[in-house]
Amino acid sequence: MNTKVELAGIELKNPVMTASGTFGSGAEYSEMIDIGRLGAVVTKGVANVPWEGNPSPRVTEVYGGMLNAIGLQNPGVDVFIERDIPFLQKFDTKIIVNVCGHTVEEYIETVERLNDQPVDMYEINVSCPNVKQGALAFGQDPHVLEETVKAVKAAAKKPVIIKLSPNVTSIRDMAIAAEAGGADVISLINTLIGMKIDINRRKFVLANKTGGFSGPAVKPVAVHMVYEASHAVKIPVIGMGGIADADDAIEFILAGASAVSVGTMNFSDPETTIKVIDGIEAYMKKYHVEDIKELVGAVS
Amino acid sequence: MKRRLRSVITEHKELAPHIFSLKLKTEMSAEAVPGQFIGIYPKDGARILMRPISICDSDAETGELRMVYRAAGKGTAEISGYGAGESLDILGMLGNGYDLEAVKEKKVILLGGGIGIPPMLYSAKRLKEQGTEVTAVLGYADSNTFLKEDFEKYCTVQIASMEGSVGTKGTVIDAMNENGTEGDVIFACGPMPMLKAVKSYAADHGMQAFISLEERMACGVGACLGCVVKTREVDHHTHVKNTRICVEGPVFNAEDVDI
Repeated sequence: MNTKVELAGIELKNPVMTASGTFGSGAEYSEMIDIGRLGAVVTKGVANVPWEGNPSPRVTEVYGGMLNAIGLQNPGVDVFIERDIPFLQKFDTKIIVNVCGHTVEEYIETVERLNDQPVDMYEINVSCPNVKQGALAFGQDPHVLEETVKAVKAAAKKPVIIKLSPNVTSIRDMAIAAEAGGADVISLINTLIGMKIDINRRKFVLANKTGGFSGPAVKPVAVHMVYEASHAVKIPVIGMGGIADADDAIEFILAGASAVSVGTMNFSDPETTIKVIDGIEAYMKKYHVEDIKELVGAVS
Repeated sequence: MKRRLRSVITEHKELAPHIFSLKLKTEMSAEAVPGQFIGIYPKDGARILMRPISICDSDAETGELRMVYRAAGKGTAEISGYGAGESLDILGMLGNGYDLEAVKEKKVILLGGGIGIPPMLYSAKRLKEQGTEVTAVLGYADSNTFLKEDFEKYCTVQIASMEGSVGTKGTVIDAMNENGTEGDVIFACGPMPMLKAVKSYAADHGMQAFISLEERMACGVGACLGCVVKTREVDHHTHVKNTRICVEGPVFNAEDVDI
């Protein structure tokens, strides 16, 4: 049985990775699970300099999921290189660095700082709903997205994943634009924009007023968007959005994802990624699937 | 080591309206430090996040953790409906807890306000065990003085109530002023206005204050950066002027946090 998948020439031992922002840089969860079992760790977004993020409250639960407005708080690429990369190198897993920025120049500066580092791929966050300047702006206009991808690709010495926002009119157009710009892989979905109001205080629950909606409740939206995007482009797609177990992961793979990320449900059960990996193998055994690639897009 | 574990409810009762006492049989009881907390997961799959609840007591001999919490929302209301013999999944042990060793030779004042009272009980017990002189000042809304008798086993207790039906009318600060409560170090847990008042009271009186903060949390283990508090200095982990309440806290030296 073969669970290996290849993304832009990088071989992952299995298609299961972490979704950016839900797993830090691995250290916190390493005492609870064996990170070496993961196909890849996708780190929390890192920028050229430290970001303080948004005021609190930053998170709240909603039915079947949660809202977050962390605001991409991160310690900056220098600390990331000094502290987080050496930590992740200890494990037999691929390192995918999520890169965030307010401007194209900031993305490029971070990518250039990482080019000589022992990391495997970049995931460019053009889709964070919680940062006012830039970020999502790059991910909502196909022309801007294509130009952004071109600029980042020109600077990057590693394969580039473009993480797409679901907060668009046509996910197909965004996927096509990312591919046209030279993206090696696309990943989706980032969070949907949501809001929660405290009716007793008549206030927004989150200090940022809006937040990114994630968790099991968003899964049908995500599966559909992965299906649409993967049929619009030839490059591989990483699917995510509410994956809680192996059944969910397989749904994404059947919809067209070559790999999957577990995000919010890491909070619910730290062992979710491991259970997904084991569950995919059990599914393959049950249905006599020799190679996981047979399942990619195999819905009819 | 942090982990998600199944525990069994050994006792669950309502002490006061919406205030519940929950005892769980779990191996984590051997690790609990006063001021730490656990995450309790609702069973309703639509409620995906753990509810952070502080430790009120721990008995390594019986293997039980005790939590006293307020059923404030739908998740805690759901949890409050489970009885002895039923199971609950928990994440723990979480947070740093109070440094009891550092205050061994000092006079400690424990300040608890409302649902901030329960975590002070475990501190009182452990401080008494190590021979530290302790006074607890407990602030209630009304005459429903839950846990008062438990505290009296370990220390001198002073009471305040906002409506004035028992003890000093007003806050724990009013009670300290009225009673002339003396000490070197304050441990405090309660609502934010109380913690702000405690911070300035301690500064005015040349005392150290360690305060326990709460914030909405998602992961509870430091990964999501959902529960941060602003800090005076750049934090060693985040490299900006805020710090994670779930890992570096919930107990902070009041001087170090900007509340």
